[in-house]
Amino acid sequence: MALPVAFFALFFALPVASIVGRGLRVGDSWRFGGIAEVVGRPDILQVLWFTLWQALASTGLTLLIALPGAYVLARCDFPGKQLLRAVVTVPFVLPTVVVGTAFLALLGRGGLLDDLWGVRLDTTVWAILLAHVFFNYAVVVRTVGGLWAQLDPRQEEAARVLGASRFGAWRRVTLPALAPAVAAAALMVFLFTFTSFGVVQILGGPAYSTLEVEIYRQTAQLLDLSTAAVLTLVQFAAVGAVLTVHARTVRRRETALRLVDPALTAHRPRGAGQWALLGGVLATVVLLIVTPLAVLVERSFDGPGGYGLTFYRALQSAGASGGTFLVPPVEAVWNSLQYALAATAIALVVGGLAAAALTLPRTSSGGSSKAGRLVRGFDALLMLPLGVSAVTVGFGFLIALDEPPLDLRTSWILVPLAQALVGVPFVVRTMLPVLRAVDARLREAAAVLGASPLRAWREVDLPLVRRALLVAAGFAFAVSLGEFGATVFIARPDNPTLPVAVARLLGRPGELNYGQAMALSTILMLVCAVALLLLDRLRPDRSAGEF
Amino acid sequence: MSTTKKITVTALAAALGVSTLAACGGSSGDDSAGAGGSGSKTVTLVSHDSFNASPAVLKEFTEETGYTVKVLKSGDAVEALNKEILTKGSPQGDVFFGVDNTTLSRALDNDLFTPYEAKGLERVPEAVRLDGDGHRVTPVDSGDICVNYDKKYFADRKLAPPQTFDDLAEPAYRNLLVVENAERSSPGLGFLLGTAAAYGDKGWQDYWKKLRANGVKVVDSWEIAYNQEFSGSAGGRAAKGDRPLVVSYASSPPVEVLYAEPRPKAAPTGVSTGTCFRQTEAAGLLRGARNEAGGKALLDFLISKKFQEDMPLNMFVNPVAEDAKLPPLFTEFGEVIAEPRTMAPERIAENRDQWIQSWSSLVLK
Repeated sequence: MALPVAFFALFFALPVASIVGRGLRVGDSWRFGGIAEVVGRPDILQVLWFTLWQALASTGLTLLIALPGAYVLARCDFPGKQLLRAVVTVPFVLPTVVVGTAFLALLGRGGLLDDLWGVRLDTTVWAILLAHVFFNYAVVVRTVGGLWAQLDPRQEEAARVLGASRFGAWRRVTLPALAPAVAAAALMVFLFTFTSFGVVQILGGPAYSTLEVEIYRQTAQLLDLSTAAVLTLVQFAAVGAVLTVHARTVRRRETALRLVDPALTAHRPRGAGQWALLGGVLATVVLLIVTPLAVLVERSFDGPGGYGLTFYRALQSAGASGGTFLVPPVEAVWNSLQYALAATAIALVVGGLAAAALTLPRTSSGGSSKAGRLVRGFDALLMLPLGVSAVTVGFGFLIALDEPPLDLRTSWILVPLAQALVGVPFVVRTMLPVLRAVDARLREAAAVLGASPLRAWREVDLPLVRRALLVAAGFAFAVSLGEFGATVFIARPDNPTLPVAVARLLGRPGELNYGQAMALSTILMLVCAVALLLLDRLRPDRSAGEF
Repeated sequence: MSTTKKITVTALAAALGVSTLAACGGSSGDDSAGAGGSGSKTVTLVSHDSFNASPAVLKEFTEETGYTVKVLKSGDAVEALNKEILTKGSPQGDVFFGVDNTTLSRALDNDLFTPYEAKGLERVPEAVRLDGDGHRVTPVDSGDICVNYDKKYFADRKLAPPQTFDDLAEPAYRNLLVVENAERSSPGLGFLLGTAAAYGDKGWQDYWKKLRANGVKVVDSWEIAYNQEFSGSAGGRAAKGDRPLVVSYASSPPVEVLYAEPRPKAAPTGVSTGTCFRQTEAAGLLRGARNEAGGKALLDFLISKKFQEDMPLNMFVNPVAEDAKLPPLFTEFGEVIAEPRTMAPERIAENRDQWIQSWSSLVLK
């Protein structure tokens, strides 16, 4: 417990507190009076309102569009299912700069929708909502689908035999059983869209702004730290409230479920209805997810003299980018992999220990309610980095970690540390259910037989959680690979990561730079897809992990 | 704050132990700066993301002076400067490059720089010395923010491209111009300042009302305006951009040539020379720099002929040193802006916030 707590205190709480403190202090006295004043400003109220309703709308729309997908991937068997699952997860780790580009190509003028039906959605709120669905489709599919695949279908069948309609049986039997997973997915989507930054900045145009965008603007552009601090606190409070509500509802709904092997529940689609559903889901995925990705791939080959590998070849030399990089851009692939590996190691150590600590009270003493509450509180706390602005954390790093022994501002370790901060919640989410499922009596038996705690862990826990650990590692790796917000803040020019390199290339005029950005994005996409395919192969059969 | 912070940090670091740091060792371990001890041989230049220099030129600096340059890119120009203000007294590097007439007052008000008169400054015209005889900053380059046009679009329609601010408000150019948000983007702000310089404190607002009535489109960043909306750039063509006029730089047309394969005979884009606003960019020695001697040597180097001649093709700006020659690409495909508009840092500092506010309520709302 000490290590994860220290990690979060040092690399999350301290930086955030420093920057917020700097904003709220005038001279030596605290100034809390300004909070009401800032929150009452009409422009801030407008930002608050937009942030809230677009997050709610995005969450609702994502659930609506992705739940059929979750069903199909959980219950239907068809060729290419693994690939489909990997494909829908790719957007989740793509940098927003790239996605914004792809989406404009799809929804903007001359885009696919424009060509077909003359529909243009750029700079409307619809572009933002659809991009949010694009990003978060996988969250719902994986969270809800994972559980759905293991629900015993015989319960629903029993209800039908007893006279319930098909929908009635689903509503009364399956839906309640799925509720915790749906709530968890909704929570994640809400957190991601509530703090949406890149999507809103690129697709929303100047008219729309979320809290996160406003915090960035106030901090990085206007250096109005007091307004930024107030907004950070508001965002913090909102995210905290959502996490609390979630923790309560989930506890109330936590029921024992009869889980079965997913292989037994999936079958070939039966009847016209299921075939139509499968078709509909495939069409949605193709239109909403595959098309934007395909646009990027197409552009990466669309060189000056027709289709070819010009841009990919250009990636191999530093000179071709006119000194944008001190190294050939393709080296960003290697940098990214190294950073992501380091970040994964940190996230696994920190997240693994945190998950182990969260499991302990239940197993050792049966768990008092007080300890249980403390644990749940810590659990929620670990989710906070997903809801706090990367800018706040980044600026916090700058002013909090500037003195020996920890002047890390120019050290390479800062990048993986920042990435690990985002990876840890995923590790915890994946490991926790499996660890909780380990029978405490096994550990106790080992202890009775004279094993040290370490030995007991190695002999009992490790074999059981090994696969979950691999899955967690895969997710932390993928998240680190795609992380942009914190990385762009601290990455060094001699070793840019893939997303940072893409953003830099997009930031300069010229055909070769633009093409190279598309080529690098395609490479990033491929690396992600391969990692996810491997991840799915390692997926434990009976993990009820949320991802 | 400082003592408590130190104690907290030390305690937490001890609690963390070496395990986390050891867990991820083995990655590129070339980190030598930041540790302080080797500071005497390394000089750190903090700059914005657009900073670039040829590795060969930086190597020559090392051969001449014994100092190795480490570049720390720190976000866009405004963001990079704000980070330095935040870490004032405990800077991330020795020299900061990237302060210009729009941001200079903020840097000087925060007392960010140690005065130093760079060697060779006599080759830089007085007109671009932003801090006069204070020498808190050394001018390094200048660049013009101008409307760019898509040559093919205007040729196809046998329409003359606009040349002045007035032209842009003409009905012939309705719905053709895309500009950046002056609140969030530096070319956007530059363009706004250009109109303020051209039409005066009151007149610019009327001008923008006309632009708005004439269908000007505002987007948040240069990347979106240039690579998505503008029909003349490579990115814009791929994205099927339909605005043939965009606020960009006078150096953008040569860049379109440089990064095209095969290289075309003429640039696909042109510059409306009567719409330009000149920005001068400068560097300064950071107060609290660990390597002051190296920082001074670096400032001398930034205005040396070698660096000044290397700069145009790396950052697409113009040198300020009078003995530096422009590369053929610029003279062949670029335009010389004879009479750009510009504005003193003090006047910008006085009005910037209020102008941006009126601009956004005029144009965005």
